[in-house]
Amino acid sequence: MTLKHVTGLLCAAAMSLVLAAGARAEDKVVKIGVILPMSGGTASIGAHAKAALEVAMNIINNAHPELGNLPLAKNTGLAGLGGAKIDAVFADNQGNPATGQNQALRLITEDKVAAVFGAYQSGITLTSSAIAEKYGIPYLNSESVAANLTERGFKWFFRTTPIATDFAKIYVDFLADMKAAGAKTDAIALVHDNTEYGTSVANTISAAFKEKGQPVALDVAYPVNATDVQGQVLQLKDKKPDVIIMISYTSDAILFAKTMQSLDYKPAILLADDAGYSDPSFIKAVGKISQGVFNRSSWVVGPPGSASAVIADMYKKKSGEEMDDTVARQMQGFFVLADAIDRAGSTDPAKVQAALKATELKADQLMIGYKGVKFDDKGQNILAAGAIIQLQDGENYVSVWPKANAEKPPVLPYKGW
Amino acid sequence: MSFVLVQVIVGGLLLGAVYALFSSGLTLVWGMMNIVNFAHGDFVMLGMYVAYVVYTLMGGGPLLGAPLATLVLATVGVVVYFALIRDIMKGPMLAQILGTFGLALLLRYSVFWWFGANFLSMPQNIVGGTYAFAGLRIEASRLLAGVVALLVTLGLHLLLTRTSLGSKMLAVAEDQTAAQLMGIRPDTMQAIAWGIAAGATGLAGALIANFFYIVPTVGETLGIVAFVTVSLGGFGSVPGALVAGLLIGVIESLSGYLIGAIYKDIVVYVLFLLFLWFRPQGLMGKM
Repeated sequence: MTLKHVTGLLCAAAMSLVLAAGARAEDKVVKIGVILPMSGGTASIGAHAKAALEVAMNIINNAHPELGNLPLAKNTGLAGLGGAKIDAVFADNQGNPATGQNQALRLITEDKVAAVFGAYQSGITLTSSAIAEKYGIPYLNSESVAANLTERGFKWFFRTTPIATDFAKIYVDFLADMKAAGAKTDAIALVHDNTEYGTSVANTISAAFKEKGQPVALDVAYPVNATDVQGQVLQLKDKKPDVIIMISYTSDAILFAKTMQSLDYKPAILLADDAGYSDPSFIKAVGKISQGVFNRSSWVVGPPGSASAVIADMYKKKSGEEMDDTVARQMQGFFVLADAIDRAGSTDPAKVQAALKATELKADQLMIGYKGVKFDDKGQNILAAGAIIQLQDGENYVSVWPKANAEKPPVLPYKGW
Repeated sequence: MSFVLVQVIVGGLLLGAVYALFSSGLTLVWGMMNIVNFAHGDFVMLGMYVAYVVYTLMGGGPLLGAPLATLVLATVGVVVYFALIRDIMKGPMLAQILGTFGLALLLRYSVFWWFGANFLSMPQNIVGGTYAFAGLRIEASRLLAGVVALLVTLGLHLLLTRTSLGSKMLAVAEDQTAAQLMGIRPDTMQAIAWGIAAGATGLAGALIANFFYIVPTVGETLGIVAFVTVSLGGFGSVPGALVAGLLIGVIESLSGYLIGAIYKDIVVYVLFLLFLWFRPQGLMGKM
């Protein structure tokens, strides 16, 4: 036997040990399948989400009386299931809808999870939730905003996040206020990628502005994970819109920021639709050349000692990052799902589904700025809400709109660098 | 011709020069030993991370980062040759493909594990600024990358055609047994080729890092471009990669601006396939 054979055998032995360790049985555990982008262009989001869900599990599985009204925080585990612990089974969607679908199938048929949670990208939520629907397993989505996800007549699909139509309305109202304050907002350009998220959100926003009698002047679509966006930025520079609404994942958002600087182009108002612009690595990479960008968010850190501030602190300790809107919505969604399983008192899919339908959480039971959580017949949370934040100093977002909850007034025009 | 169009073409040329730079290593390895290196994009990625580490740990700019990235990657190239390539070359075609593919994943996920999945970016002031003349705007970092790309590609070409080392390498590529009879060690020549190819790729990564984002998966995005550039230019032809890189850069920019970004890849790949239909060996490749 040569050295190579020995190495090969050792590798095989190590792999089987790892696999065996993963399959170790635990009693009184409720398994939740979690589908996230752990690799591919949006892997940074998956890494943050994983840290956030681990914090959420810590809160659920251990006693945290300091978190006040937050359901499941006070006692250890799920009281409704005799103190059973929640255990997330993480699966990588690789940024690919087909992979996400396979992972859902694997989680449901092999890991026998009680519910599925995921999957960040709208396009992957679309495919993976279809599998859960087929098998009659509850699927909770906390962050995908494409409107059509809850228009499919699904019985097992629930979504806690505000969606594209909610945000389109926020953007229309926000820009109307900015116009009233003297800003020029007549020509609006939409810049978006060609994914399910990019195209569907762009369509929803453009329909909302059209309804207000202000059709979108320019629509710039680009292929996701672009290598170069000079052509698009020059197109914008040529047409000079007053407002640009960016619908982009992190890699493209960074590339746009860099290219806009190199070609010396700034619109008067740059308004981002969450996603890449909420990724902390976007702020670290190009925050200093994106000063004054507006963004949407449902997350606001409360005063010290409040549940949201405590959680933000726990998250920072775990991940080393500041809490952002995306991970906050994911954590909140996970709490809603765990709360439903707790109230169902069982992992029986039909009972969990009934408990989800009966969900009625008030604003003070949440860690995020929704008015509450209550699902309509389509599974959409009708009490979801959001606000506009601005990256004024290039380092931290502050809430600027609506005025009632604003930390600072909005600063115009877009400063850039 | 409208003024913006000139800017689009200039931008495309600079982009194309960079495409050429990170493709020249791939074409060299192919020309020497008929191996398609699927880890090529990840070599670029490693070069970017070396440049980033040089900046964060030592406060060095591209003057230090670029040569170090070249050196580190050249070493990686030689090590990879002796540890992996030399053996899989004796195996079936599939082993060669999967071998370098496995290497790509190993490199990518090692960097994932070490640096995490976050996007990184070089600070603006490292190769700062943008030159504006006659209304044209040219980014200093892209200009630097473009100029170095031209020099390195030319240098590689001269090395292969005008030096005795180049002749020896070509001799090994032509006929290993005959080269061996002439006292040339194929192992050594191929290891040198891997070193040079990986070194050039690391240099490309270090230069690209000044204007692109840095992330473990960036090799996926850039790797595809390298393969298209190499097959359009002709497998094994360094000048071919240069011309092809420039062509692809300009076509991408022009179609992105004139027709719309969403269609630009369609334009590039339709032209690419049409071209290969008429000339399957590529622009400057040999049949």
